[in-house]
Amino acid sequence: MAEVIIDRERCKGCLLCVSFCPKQLFTLSDKLNSSGYYPVKIKEMKECSGCAVCATVCPDVAITAVDR
Amino acid sequence: MRVFERPKVLKDKVFHYCPGCTHGIVHRLVAEIIEEMDIRERTVGVCPVGCAVLAYDYLDIDMQEASHGRAPAVATGIKRVLPDKVVFTYQGDGDLAAIGMTETVHTAARGEPLTVIFINNAIYGMTNGQMAPTTLLGQRTQTTPYGRNAAKEGYPIKVCEMLATLDGPSYIARVSVGSYKSILNARKVLREAFRRQIEENAYALVEVLSTCPTNWGMKPRDAMDWIENEMQETFPVGIFKE
Amino acid sequence: MKKKQVLMKGNEAMAEGAIMAGCRYFFGYPITPQNEVPAHMAAYMPRAGGVFIQAESELAAINMVYGAAGAGARVMTSSSSPGISLKQEGISYLVGAELPCVIANIMRGGPGLGGIQPSQSDYFQAVKGGGHGDYRLIVLAPDSVQEMADLTMLAFDLADVYRNPVMILGDGNLGQMMEPVSFCKFRKRKLPPKDWATTGTAGRPRNIVKSLYLIPEQLEAHNRKLYRKFQTMKRREVRFEEDIPEGCELLLTAFGTTARICRDVVDKLRQRGHKVGLLRPITLFPFPEERIKEVSSRVKAVMTVEMNMGQMVDDVRLAVEGRCPVHFCGRTGGMVPSVEEIVHEAGKILRGMKE
Repeated sequence: MAEVIIDRERCKGCLLCVSFCPKQLFTLSDKLNSSGYYPVKIKEMKECSGCAVCATVCPDVAITAVDR
Repeated sequence: MRVFERPKVLKDKVFHYCPGCTHGIVHRLVAEIIEEMDIRERTVGVCPVGCAVLAYDYLDIDMQEASHGRAPAVATGIKRVLPDKVVFTYQGDGDLAAIGMTETVHTAARGEPLTVIFINNAIYGMTNGQMAPTTLLGQRTQTTPYGRNAAKEGYPIKVCEMLATLDGPSYIARVSVGSYKSILNARKVLREAFRRQIEENAYALVEVLSTCPTNWGMKPRDAMDWIENEMQETFPVGIFKE
Repeated sequence: MKKKQVLMKGNEAMAEGAIMAGCRYFFGYPITPQNEVPAHMAAYMPRAGGVFIQAESELAAINMVYGAAGAGARVMTSSSSPGISLKQEGISYLVGAELPCVIANIMRGGPGLGGIQPSQSDYFQAVKGGGHGDYRLIVLAPDSVQEMADLTMLAFDLADVYRNPVMILGDGNLGQMMEPVSFCKFRKRKLPPKDWATTGTAGRPRNIVKSLYLIPEQLEAHNRKLYRKFQTMKRREVRFEEDIPEGCELLLTAFGTTARICRDVVDKLRQRGHKVGLLRPITLFPFPEERIKEVSSRVKAVMTVEMNMGQMVDDVRLAVEGRCPVHFCGRTGGMVPSVEEIVHEAGKILRGMKE
């Protein structure tokens, strides 16, 4: 099963993962992180295929992709 | 199994770059390549003046901070003293193609065995978005508020095409980080640029078309698309010397 | 046993001294009247297993020095006045990053392109900082071909001791003239290892060579640290030569070429029965201010002789602090003052004392 781990504190909410995810699994969370950004979160983790497109385009290296 | 994780060569520190800025992607690629090639302990990097001035805060390697434009000269000094080490510069368009053009050209002409990573985002990011030597015709910047006009501001400088006319360089390439596929390609090309230095003792330069969403006044995704659709018309990606 | 002497130009003696002191990297750009330095380096550095690069500009040269110094090497560059102006930014960065190196300025007349004849008009630039920021260089002022070699050798050790650039401040006359010179075997002092150099992180935490401190508290602390080094230099590194008779009435102060000329001036005036002395600073920074202060309380007047419109004389006045009048005698623009004209100026001061 694939999974992505988002480092909320690194994320600046730039939305690149939101727009690049082939399955549109990302959305912004409604809680600020300590830098004052709304970080992204995953809507449906079980849909994730582990393609790591999100992690590849993430400019803040805030995403770890795991395939179990 | 982790299919993607943060390279250890990247220090555990949040980038100071704006949201969506692709400097972070290129930093990560460089860190991945250093890790993959197992050269962390014998690599010395040179930082520019510009947005990447603090690159030494992120890459866990020995680094020197050069004055504006002089990174190739600093790198030359390091490489001549330490010919067995891997030396690279990381420079923006103002640093490399405006104030530092002389050093850029002559270091390439000497064929210094260095890897030059050239971030072209067509604007001065650190100082709030002035015209760069690579600003596109018609592009609005703080100092070309009506759009770059060839009659007044001249034409964008095509660094790869120009340097490819020299005999010194071994490898000159332009890549983009404007899409997923482009990023994968950029990684391959950057790796080759390091390989040229390590295995062939040769000069290599990779120009990376990058975004500056803040100063372009675009959303990060739109900025990436702008690289792929607009910027590449002036700056086509490809290998200019191999 | 008499040491073997060779006839050499000052510029060549300096270059040879550098190689003997273990300098293995030289980066330079052509400019008159220092061209013998890169020429010598190009010929002899490869034989010593070193590297010579003719850089594309003074800017490139000084920044190659930065890279090489940061990588832990003994490294040197040389130039002449307009070229040294171009190097100032790099010199400021070298001090900021605490990188040791040796920079020679074989001065010519200015301002601007000026001329190619000898001058001492870069004194201010050399001793007061030169580039931006609050800093000093150790400045050594040779007055002979022998000293061009000896002080260059000393310069490399001082640079390493203080992790600071050292400048050799010569002029076109000292660079071009030929004199016999002998080279003693260079004995490098025991110096701490350059464990701060960027040589790859193998077996240690990483090293960063930089002058950037964005947090003002940190930059102030860095400036204070540099200042403490400059204070230590002032305590330990003052060098001068003096020839001051009992009852000295007029003290001449001069460095480099003008100090040579002043030796003849002193002889002439003494033959005429005047009690005249000479104090020659060898280090222009740190300046022998304490010694000048002491001497000024027992002479009637001081005259500073320079090949400029009066630069070192400011520092002499600061040291004298009004204890006696300080006069100035100078030629500039590439003109070298003659013994006669200095004697004439000194004569006026000496006559004034009698009246």
